[in-house]
Amino acid sequence: MKKITVLDLLQLDLKENEALNLKCIAGRAGLARELKVPEINRPGLELSGFYENFAFQRIQIFGRGETAYLWKLEREGKRDTLEMFFASEVPCCVFTHQQQPTGDLLALAEGSGCPVLQTDLSSSEFTTRVIRVLSNIFAPKQSVHAVLVEVFGIGVLLMGDSGVGKSEAALALVERNHRLVADDLVEIRRIGGNILMGTGTGVSSHHMEIRGLGIINITHLFGVGAIRDKKQIQVAVKLEDWDPAKSYDRIGAEENFIEILGVQVPHLVIPVKPGRNIPILIETAAMNERLKKMGYYSAKEFSRNVMRWLETESARAIFLDET
Amino acid sequence: MTQRLVTIKNRAGIHARPAALLVQTAGKFAAKVFLEKDGERVNGKSIMGIITLAATYNTAIRIIAEGVDEKEAVDALARLFENKFEED
Repeated sequence: MKKITVLDLLQLDLKENEALNLKCIAGRAGLARELKVPEINRPGLELSGFYENFAFQRIQIFGRGETAYLWKLEREGKRDTLEMFFASEVPCCVFTHQQQPTGDLLALAEGSGCPVLQTDLSSSEFTTRVIRVLSNIFAPKQSVHAVLVEVFGIGVLLMGDSGVGKSEAALALVERNHRLVADDLVEIRRIGGNILMGTGTGVSSHHMEIRGLGIINITHLFGVGAIRDKKQIQVAVKLEDWDPAKSYDRIGAEENFIEILGVQVPHLVIPVKPGRNIPILIETAAMNERLKKMGYYSAKEFSRNVMRWLETESARAIFLDET
Repeated sequence: MTQRLVTIKNRAGIHARPAALLVQTAGKFAAKVFLEKDGERVNGKSIMGIITLAATYNTAIRIIAEGVDEKEAVDALARLFENKFEED
């Protein structure tokens, strides 16, 4: 995985309720220090001189309490615990509430090359935001050769061999007012435990390569309403050439899944052959998935109804036999 | 034309799963396949058709096949009935 540095953290493009509002006020030389874990530490114990199990590799957050204690140390002229603090390679120190660090701390940070950052957020708010942001960055991820589209609000991952018609199916879906998230290469991250979030990979994501047309720009052709930057993957649909020797699911009463990054995703295999309108099949699959989420499982419901009907038929036959 | 009379031996009768099994088996043969119950005849390759037969326990079903591999088709389908569609 790519190294995440303190500079990367400062340069993240985060908006509104995600913004960290960080600025560097000292120790610029250390901006290349690496963030190895998506965790934080409040260094109260360390400042008072207790250094067992010091989680130095975490982001060190100085809230109101820690900062007040720092000023007390400064007034008393005590530097030894701070010197021990900067003897470890701390990735960075963050002062919340726009607080000013002490002269001792700034000098030691500058001397050891540890970046000192400042934010106007409160400690708890900054903590929740930074953990959320870092968890997303550190989330397990995987790139797959597929197309991700949003169909009736459901994130559908279209998979299948090259040339089977994934992009063409996606194009037809976009034409039917659905949205393209990524074509060809989908980057999947597992966030918040078991949510699979799919995005494109930078510059290429809202372009499509269609055989015979070349590369087309979906945003320009269909407008900004036809695209999305990211979408949770809720169904995986595999398109494959119709194989007469293979038997395809006829009832759908059994749910199949594939595992992506350890998460079970409902999985359908749709065989492709001339005369089968794949976009409409995908639309229907997406709507059916919504029904399932609402607790109505068409195939199982149908199966149950047939069983009930057969039971009554059976009872009727017995009754007629006896009379 | 080949035909054979079979009886449904599984308690639940022909519900969705056995119907799918029948259709999948019938689909493997080139011959035209029909199932008949009380003179009502349906296409053996249509899942909905088979379900609408309402074929319950102990019902007699006539399997009819017509085509090059009709014998094999009837054998294969009759075997499903005998095996109670792998149920019970």
